[in-house]
Amino acid sequence: MSDLRDLYQEIIIDHGRHPRNFGILPEANLHKEGFNPLCGDKVIIHVQEKNGVVEKIMFEGTGCAISIASTSLMSEALKGKTKQEIESIFSDFHELVTHTQANEKVKERLGKLAVMSGVAEFPVRVKCATLGWHTLKAALLRDAELVTTEDNL
Amino acid sequence: MTNSKYRKDFPILSQLVHDKPLVFLDSANSSQKPLSVIETVSNYYLNDHANIHRGIYELSIRATKKFEDARLNIQKFINASSAHEIIFTSGTTAGINLIAQSFGKAFIKENDEIIISAMEHHSNIVPWQLLCEQTGAKLKIIPIFDNGELDLDSYKKLFNARTKIVSVVQASNVLGTINPIREMIKIAHENNVPVLVDGAQAIPHMPVDVSDLDCDFYVFSSHKAYGPTGIGVVYGKEKWLNRMPPYQGGGDMIETVSFEKSTYNKIPYKFEAGTPNIADVIGFSAAIDYMQQIGMKTIFQHEQTLLQYATQKLLEFPDVKIIGTANNKVGVIAFVLDHIHPHDIGTVLDYNGIAIRAGHHCAMPLMERFNIPACARASFGIYNDEKDVDALIEGIYAVKRWFN
Repeated sequence: MSDLRDLYQEIIIDHGRHPRNFGILPEANLHKEGFNPLCGDKVIIHVQEKNGVVEKIMFEGTGCAISIASTSLMSEALKGKTKQEIESIFSDFHELVTHTQANEKVKERLGKLAVMSGVAEFPVRVKCATLGWHTLKAALLRDAELVTTEDNL
Repeated sequence: MTNSKYRKDFPILSQLVHDKPLVFLDSANSSQKPLSVIETVSNYYLNDHANIHRGIYELSIRATKKFEDARLNIQKFINASSAHEIIFTSGTTAGINLIAQSFGKAFIKENDEIIISAMEHHSNIVPWQLLCEQTGAKLKIIPIFDNGELDLDSYKKLFNARTKIVSVVQASNVLGTINPIREMIKIAHENNVPVLVDGAQAIPHMPVDVSDLDCDFYVFSSHKAYGPTGIGVVYGKEKWLNRMPPYQGGGDMIETVSFEKSTYNKIPYKFEAGTPNIADVIGFSAAIDYMQQIGMKTIFQHEQTLLQYATQKLLEFPDVKIIGTANNKVGVIAFVLDHIHPHDIGTVLDYNGIAIRAGHHCAMPLMERFNIPACARASFGIYNDEKDVDALIEGIYAVKRWFN
């Protein structure tokens, strides 16, 4: 197992304690609730989307440092991105947190989000890191089903 | 007390985890197994295995004898009046489902009521909800106080002519509360209502006497009580079991079969369709021998001492809150730490070689009752000692250093 410091990097602890874009978003036109039935964590994502561009993301919920930080970082990184861009970032992010030897190019493309790479060494925490992301994806797809991490194996 | 003299009986505990000595504090989830249980299962497969109840040859006779001896051993262990009242299932969950479906089919109809408590594990909630969906019966919930004790006055008021069964946990897997089930059974019987006791968290930790309790059904698992996984027991009073229909059909549970009609075997076989988990039944019997050699009162005392020590140490942290402060508890301590999520506690402790449970503990309604999304839980077995508690306390300091 790698060092705990790889998992709990300072940026993650900071975003876990002081999440950005945390709260409701009155202008949001898409809302989605996500749930991790294994640990009881919940996230509600509010998205303001216009003409295929995500103008703002806010979120609420309870979760561990990893899930709150990951959703917080996501809400910053995806602001102003198109749905296509988000799809490609989503797939990069998924590779980052599930492959211990994630491609350097992937990390480069992800920029600040690459701090989440330590999660790959802790397989039981991958679901924490991806809950907010899967929930956002479902919100953008206007998927009516409740998101649970158990659908995303 | 510094060392548990029983620790050496559990080979798995001598390993290092993340370069630290393993501190196993998750026995309420599943206990570790003593060498005697591991060897019993292994010896069975090495020397004695054949299918039971049908062979006319030596191996089958030997396997059948060991299997049925295990049933007798379990009967004596819980002081049931007859071995016919001991049914093997795959675990507590399967046992509650068996009773819910079979008792339900015989006795529960639309608008009838089933009483459970607010501290039940999902396995003592969902099987009854399924039955309610099938029959139109209703669930009534015994509320709990903030300290984690059941509100018995409210319990008494839940009974009426439509109440058909009470299903309640003896010891809570989260709060640790030991419920006064003897008294609760008496109250139910005064209302002519039978009681199912979920004993999953009680059987490994204290003496249990089903005749003295006078419960109608008692269910438990082997794997929390130093035995193999995949085995559990339903105790049921003969008078009920004889009136209940089979739960599953198949081999072993029949008397005669024709395409027109089959007749069923007597209890307990009526409820044991198919080839059972023979090896692990025999392994569970060895686990019971192990517990009895130590003595259930000694086990209870050992864990009570640890519980008091750990509770006192945890309360020294101003930011730790213990969930469940009942007067009578088994060796289970659920807690939350201000501003630090249980999962993060679990990961940092694991990094220090300490295994605890973090999450909702299959008791979401209970989490809601205490207004927490999840909690951390340390639980004790006979192999734990004060050194394990000290390691946990050191671990919590480490957690706080990470996040504060």
